[in-house]
Amino acid sequence: MASVKLNNIKKRFGDVDVLHGIDLDIKDGEFVVLIGESGCGKSTLLRLLSGLEDITEGDLYIDDERVNGRSPAKRGIAMVFQSYALYPHMNVFKNMAFGLKISGKDKAFVNNKVMEAAKKLKIDHLLERLPRELSGGQRQRVAIGRAIVRDPKVFLFDEPLSNLDASLRVQTRVELGKLHQELKATVVYVTHDQVEAMTLGDKIVVMNKGRVEQVGAPLDLYHHPKTQFVAGFIGSPKMNFLKAKISQSGAENTQLVLESGRVIEASVDTSSLNQGDIVQLGMRPEHMALNCESNIVEGKVTLIEHLGELSYLYVDIGQEGEMVLKVDGDNQHQAGDKITFGIQPNRLYLFDHQGKALTRVNAHTSAAILL
Amino acid sequence: MKLLNRFIPSSGMRQVPKSVTVHAVLLAYTVIALFPIIVVVINAFKERRAIFRDPLDLPDSDSFTLVGFQQVLLRSDFGLYSWNSLVVTILAVGLVLLLGAMAAWALTEYKFKGNLLITFLFAMGIMIPIRLGTVSILSLMVNLDLVNTLTALVLVYIAQGLPLAVYILSEFVRTIPKELTEAARCDSVSEYKIFFCVILPLLKPAMATVAVFTMIPIWNDLWFPLILAPGEETRTITLGVQQFVGQYVTDWNSVLSALTLAIVPVLILYTIFSRQLIRGLTSGAVK
Repeated sequence: MASVKLNNIKKRFGDVDVLHGIDLDIKDGEFVVLIGESGCGKSTLLRLLSGLEDITEGDLYIDDERVNGRSPAKRGIAMVFQSYALYPHMNVFKNMAFGLKISGKDKAFVNNKVMEAAKKLKIDHLLERLPRELSGGQRQRVAIGRAIVRDPKVFLFDEPLSNLDASLRVQTRVELGKLHQELKATVVYVTHDQVEAMTLGDKIVVMNKGRVEQVGAPLDLYHHPKTQFVAGFIGSPKMNFLKAKISQSGAENTQLVLESGRVIEASVDTSSLNQGDIVQLGMRPEHMALNCESNIVEGKVTLIEHLGELSYLYVDIGQEGEMVLKVDGDNQHQAGDKITFGIQPNRLYLFDHQGKALTRVNAHTSAAILL
Repeated sequence: MKLLNRFIPSSGMRQVPKSVTVHAVLLAYTVIALFPIIVVVINAFKERRAIFRDPLDLPDSDSFTLVGFQQVLLRSDFGLYSWNSLVVTILAVGLVLLLGAMAAWALTEYKFKGNLLITFLFAMGIMIPIRLGTVSILSLMVNLDLVNTLTALVLVYIAQGLPLAVYILSEFVRTIPKELTEAARCDSVSEYKIFFCVILPLLKPAMATVAVFTMIPIWNDLWFPLILAPGEETRTITLGVQQFVGQYVTDWNSVLSALTLAIVPVLILYTIFSRQLIRGLTSGAVK
């Protein structure tokens, strides 16, 4: 196992800058998730780490050794691909043993390694089968098994769960989490699914347009997003954003006016801004409550999505548009109902015109849903 | 085409008229294609007079004879000719497949200077018939002291078959998912091993196709054996048969018998490759 250090890593394809200088420290045994929208450069970054793509500029260290320009094999990495990339003409055993055999390990050693990994992944009864005779989940395990047998310093996962169906994805996700605890391996994991990121990652790296937007522990990103992009990206359903004008700035309390003239109180430090400045007001769907007394907003329910234990209410609040509320699954509201809801001032987020988060005062960081 | 049509699954009842038409066309084509071969085979077993009297009749008790086969097997070096043909065909096809697959892999997988130029040259090779260069090929072979050797034929046939092989195999190489080679690279497999252990097995069905396309013209060729290797020791079967075709008298029994015998090895080779082709097509469900 090993630590990984990225120092101002840049990647250019022809004239196109894909990565604009990435700095990142990954500790030994850490599970790091790279997340971002498609095209943000997260997969490219993973390929740079693997050595399948050349680094244009910057330094990459694995275990304090500079590995720029080294082949994937010499970096001691193992990669699991989205499409599994199993060798179609080899059975499961051969797929897993191929790399070891090529590197000249003796037969008994290879057998032991493969059996051990197969048992760990519960695929030891499938060793004779060809990849095409396996289900998606089984193929995924074989792909992971192929990575495990090589005892790599760093595991690289490229959206490994996105080809699986929903229930299998959850199951495999849990197993991946357990596997990581067991192996205590350093993992870099690329996904666009924020649930995977939140549940698996020790550390999440949110990327946007070839730059690192924010690095932090999952709950850290959830409670203290540094930018509007991160705030919108982490959390499901997405944070609601409304345009607001500052009517009274302050170090502890800020008064805002929405387009419709509604007044909102937020416990955010806006001393750097002036009265009349435009900001984005952020409200998480799970933080708005039907029985909350502060910052009351009224609106009409346009759609309800029932998920069982909770429901999403889509509420038309007039001029400002539509908002999403996460409410208890037992609530009896129907589409067309007029409702009022509110949100506590210390649950609010404000972002300036550049999308930077303004400091929250007495931020409420209990994740409990206010129902 | 004949081969491919065998694999088109029979469609529903709605398409009966269409399938009748398709089968009628295919049947007609098959009859036209097989007719000369059948005429050759049935007449090989007939007496000379019967051949001319009723060329389309099947041999009966009166006209049946094996004299042609006796002539061929006893009076000429039929064994040697077949052996020469077999050696040339197998070596040429084998090397075309190996070199073609390597070139196809290199040209599609690696970016290097001159890549486009080489691809272009191969494309030209498909378009320009190799026989246009016969004179220079002959003088080259004379200079290399390779006239009247099977090596000369093998070399020429490799040159003849390679362009199309590279073209077809390149298309197949492109369909192999990139992740497979990347996974192999992460598995610390060397580039040679990637080619031989990962790519080549996946190219099998394509190589069977190429083998069939390459093999038939080589086996049947008369031109280059006549020019480059007409010596008694290096005659191929098509050339060997010619000794029965005289300027004034032609020993039709022997010619037809020799041709009938010449069909057998190529039929066996074809069966082997087409089996592989079928297996390749049905097991090609690669994710």
